[in-house]
Amino acid sequence: MSFEPTTEPASATPALPGQKGRRALKTAGSFVWFVVTIALTFLGLLAITFFIGRVIPIDPVLAVVGDRATPAVYEAARIEMGLDRPLPVQFLDYVTDVLTGDFGMSVSTGRPVISDLARVFPATLEMATIGILMGIAIGVPMGVVAAARQGSWVDQTIRVFGLLGYSVPAFWLGLVGLAVFYARLRWASGPGRLDIFYDGLVPPVTGLMLVDTLIAGDYDIFWNALDHLILPASVLGFFSLAYIARMTRSFMLDQLSQEFVTTARVKGVPERVVIWRHAFYPIRIQLITVIGLSYAALLEGSVMVETVFSWPGIGNYLTTALLNADMNAVLGATLVIGAVFIFINKISDVLYRVLDPRAR
Amino acid sequence: MASARAWLLADSPTSRLQANLGRLYRITGMLLRNPLAAVGAAIVLALVLTAIFAPWIAPYSPVGQSLQDRLLPPSAEHLMGTDELGRDIYSRVIYGSQITLTIVLLVAVIAAPVGLVIGAIAGYFGGWIDRALMGITDIFLSMPKLILALAFVAALGPGINNAIIAIAITAWPAYARISRAETLTFRNSEFIDAVRLQGGSPARIIVRHVLPLCTSSMIIRVTLDMAGIILTAAGLGFIGLGAQPPLPEWGAMISRGRTFILDQWWVATMPGFAIILVSLGFCFLGDGLRDVLDPKQGDKG
Repeated sequence: MSFEPTTEPASATPALPGQKGRRALKTAGSFVWFVVTIALTFLGLLAITFFIGRVIPIDPVLAVVGDRATPAVYEAARIEMGLDRPLPVQFLDYVTDVLTGDFGMSVSTGRPVISDLARVFPATLEMATIGILMGIAIGVPMGVVAAARQGSWVDQTIRVFGLLGYSVPAFWLGLVGLAVFYARLRWASGPGRLDIFYDGLVPPVTGLMLVDTLIAGDYDIFWNALDHLILPASVLGFFSLAYIARMTRSFMLDQLSQEFVTTARVKGVPERVVIWRHAFYPIRIQLITVIGLSYAALLEGSVMVETVFSWPGIGNYLTTALLNADMNAVLGATLVIGAVFIFINKISDVLYRVLDPRAR
Repeated sequence: MASARAWLLADSPTSRLQANLGRLYRITGMLLRNPLAAVGAAIVLALVLTAIFAPWIAPYSPVGQSLQDRLLPPSAEHLMGTDELGRDIYSRVIYGSQITLTIVLLVAVIAAPVGLVIGAIAGYFGGWIDRALMGITDIFLSMPKLILALAFVAALGPGINNAIIAIAITAWPAYARISRAETLTFRNSEFIDAVRLQGGSPARIIVRHVLPLCTSSMIIRVTLDMAGIILTAAGLGFIGLGAQPPLPEWGAMISRGRTFILDQWWVATMPGFAIILVSLGFCFLGDGLRDVLDPKQGDKG
């Protein structure tokens, strides 16, 4: 998982007062620029998936129909995929297909990939959202405390904790979590989204189990769903927590070394107010970017965690498709995860510029 | 001993070798004074030694099966227990260090130079070359790495070589970014102008004068990235797309132990400790190197 900012900061020409029109023009211009870069990045993503699906495989037809297909099916697929035409034309067709929501059929489920993805995506969204909420709720205070007591054992512990976020394999943590909290302590439910006898009792509305059960008014199933969700979400949450705590700490240290903090202390402002009002308040915008990035990273990290917890989300769908060599499904899932990832990245980048007066 | 030290720390070294060795000596000294970095260096050194001397360290063969000894808990005889085929897990973890080291070295050797050269070319020439190269770099950078690696392996086919290629494809853009930024800071310096006025070609300037100056930030970045590379490789192995059985790759071993996680916990957990230890080692070392080689950057990212 990487968290580098993906775009350069905007050129900072300070807008003089009384130039509202020009400034509005500049805002519109940067909006157009935002749309253009995001479109180009999506095009790049499509080029990569196209390359992976059509150019690398020695026989892309075989990759789609599988090696047990009859010659007639093979030939039909070959013509349907348009492999007799030049590559640029094929790429154009591919882009058109994707834009109209045609990701092809999945060989393993026998359904269009797009409807499969629509079905599994909410499960991932639910898990990642609970995970990031945990990461924010615990990670931000941890980072603040670590910075406030820089060098103490609390700080050292939090630092090592943060580095563990870079060195523990997510699938391993999931397995250990299952062994400890499910098998030994019986604190959490096992794999899957619900106990098997609750399966299919709640009509899917949003696809988010917690929301659907509340809509149906079935609190037993709600608690069961929460019980299943809490362990995988905590595993995911750990990784965002480690990253958020580490970044919060470094932002806070920057602020605490500023002169206005010293001024506040000299004036006799209570330390709690200095830390939360004077030092923490200005970094909230930077934190939004960090949280956005780590949310995007969680969608990616969910691939491993879902595999371990048999969580019926997009990550599990992707790994199953990988093992079945179901290329359409693999590329569809890659596209969706990639698109969401890029979108969240760009949005948090823009939010930073909109909210931070210095970057405007 | 004292004279060797004086030679290393000489203020006016008489040869390039003496200057480089002196620099290395100073950096090593500073690294070892930083406790976390020293621990990291020790772990990485231990990994290298384990990989080299695996046949002498491991008490059993990594692939030798012994079905009457299957799924034994950790004991004095089998330090980490045995797996479902009666293989000694400790020996397999020891041999697994060879695979992990091979993967990280190959990824670094492939990805770092590619990124270095692309970034240096973009930064040195500027203009549309810069925009085109950095556009491609940015597209790759804004892609989720693990997913991209998975998709590439799906197309290339499972196996350790393809896993290395896939990880390298996702790793180079970060290096291109760094070397471009470094190049921009000194492309207009007088020493570059001097070489150009002497008739040095762009290729010569980049290779002989630009690239060497990018190496220290590159070394920091590669070391910090090692943990991520190890985790991605283990993840590919866990899914079944990386190293194939019976290779004792740590991720693949964890995957085999999944079935037994509820009763025979050691099969899956033991290789995980190896992954964590080695990744942490690289993180510590990378953090320490950054503090020593690039003090101005502080604790960012």
